[in-house]
Amino acid sequence: MPEPTHTRPETGPPERGGPPARPRRSRERSREARLAWAFLAPSVLVFAVFLVYPLGRTVYLSMHGNDIIGEPNRFVGLSHFAEMASPAYVQVLVTTLLFTLGVVVPGVVGALAVVLLLEGVIRGQKFFRGAFALPFAFSVASASVVFVVFFSPGNSVLNGILYRLGLDQVPWLTSQEIALWSVCITTVWMNLGYGVLVLAAGIGSIPREINEAARIDGATGPRLAWNVTVPLLGPQLFFLIVISTINALQSFGQIHILTLGGPVGSTTTLVYSVYQDAFAFGTSDFGRASAQALVLLVVVLVCTAIQFGVIERKVHYS
Amino acid sequence: MTRAPAPARDAAAEPATGSVRRYRHGPGFWAGRVLLYALLALFLVPVLFPVYYMFVGAVMEPRELSTFPARLLPTGITTDSIRGALDAVPLMRMYGNSVVMAGIITACQLATSALAAYAFVFLRFRFSAIVFALFLSTLMVPQEATFIPNYLTLTGWGLGDSYAGLVLPFLAYAFGTFLLRQSFKQFPRELFDAARIDGMGHLRFLWTILIPLNKPALTAVGMYVFITSWNMYFWPLIITRTTEMQTLQIGLNSLRVGEAANPGLLLAGAALSVIPTLALVVLGQRFIVRGLTAGAVK
Repeated sequence: MPEPTHTRPETGPPERGGPPARPRRSRERSREARLAWAFLAPSVLVFAVFLVYPLGRTVYLSMHGNDIIGEPNRFVGLSHFAEMASPAYVQVLVTTLLFTLGVVVPGVVGALAVVLLLEGVIRGQKFFRGAFALPFAFSVASASVVFVVFFSPGNSVLNGILYRLGLDQVPWLTSQEIALWSVCITTVWMNLGYGVLVLAAGIGSIPREINEAARIDGATGPRLAWNVTVPLLGPQLFFLIVISTINALQSFGQIHILTLGGPVGSTTTLVYSVYQDAFAFGTSDFGRASAQALVLLVVVLVCTAIQFGVIERKVHYS
Repeated sequence: MTRAPAPARDAAAEPATGSVRRYRHGPGFWAGRVLLYALLALFLVPVLFPVYYMFVGAVMEPRELSTFPARLLPTGITTDSIRGALDAVPLMRMYGNSVVMAGIITACQLATSALAAYAFVFLRFRFSAIVFALFLSTLMVPQEATFIPNYLTLTGWGLGDSYAGLVLPFLAYAFGTFLLRQSFKQFPRELFDAARIDGMGHLRFLWTILIPLNKPALTAVGMYVFITSWNMYFWPLIITRTTEMQTLQIGLNSLRVGEAANPGLLLAGAALSVIPTLALVVLGQRFIVRGLTAGAVK
């Protein structure tokens, strides 16, 4: 935004006003600054108490052992972090990675396929887009309980459909090999609408002339989509990949509702492991849980930093 | 999608190749159309089926859901599952809890964000740019990483299992500040200065001029905040203990106890819980898109 001429620079005395005006102006200036801090105070207070202080306390807790009610009682240094190398926790990290891949790859590819197909729709495009966005209205919990019914062995909606098609039954949530992918299916379903909205917004911002020019050059249908639209969607695709990764790393509700981290820990991701150590079964092992929370924090920070870095270079938002 | 009006052309020579033709539509065009819609249906059916089955299953005869294979079409309509779900868990109370929680968080975040955004746009103070950068950096922290200390803090204050405990950590969030700052910056500086010269105070200017003129941005932020807090799961799960204080999302999981006997309870509960957000998504999609995609910041 172009700065109007009468805006004074932040620091250094304004010369235009001359000496007599200065005391009044500086008093006004400090009043303005006080008011600014008063306006910022509510936000700063919330951030300080519920964000900054907790980070410090998480670091403190992560380096302490605790008694059974979670009271820190001895300094253990970095041993909680060293435990992350034990097979049980390596398994958690592997599960987290598999889950993230199993959510991000199909989610992004699916959303891209949907918006590209929608580009070919002449009439009712808005209707289709709205239909694809519907799962976005579902909370994690409501989507998960619907899929509990779908996966349930008792009535088994999905197995019933497979049965009608003459296919084998699938032990959706009871098999160690399959349960994680069932949680992925649920997650992809509930996130697809968001991906479609993001990419559709990106397609909407592509200048019409580019498509027209490509058409005149003879590009149609799939070729137009792949060679023209997809490259132009680069920023939105990148944004979607990063956001989906961060969301996947933070996924909790669907695991808590569908599998409780099982069977035999096969769906215990990092976030779920934090929950289990800290809050489930009355364990209150805040030290171990805090160490894992910090690992989660670092992974998410790295993802976000990559995103900020790249977007900062591409988009000007000031 | 827009397409130039097709100029007339001799159709006789049109071979049946190419998926989409710009001119007279030959068989190839129609083959492309059919393929396109078939592919769309391939995606659309799995996306819509859970929505369909949730609503249909909620009003199906419970025993029709428990057969193998489960019925996909209802033979009759009954409110058994809905009433059963309301009996099994105090869903209406939890509904109220969710409304109170999401409502307080939304109102407070709008207030804290609007004030902070105002300070960043219209007030001059030292370190303004640095403070704004610090605000943005709070967005990088996953909330899950703060839950253990926040749980200890709030239960330490005796606020576990209370509305205060549910909402306090979420009363400010830099995402709203960021979006509103973007919007406030569009306001013409000359008008601001004119209002100031006329002796209008900052708060009065914010309340009577700026907020009414920025309703779309405030709506986008409000909807975004309401939906995300309505959908919260992890925090309400750990901070509440009693069913009286639990939110709807946690209540849904409690319905699992009766699932073996009647899966319809889960579908009915899910259907009841989805209606408000479904209405928001259908009616306010443009605001939601704006809130979700603006600035490419989570």
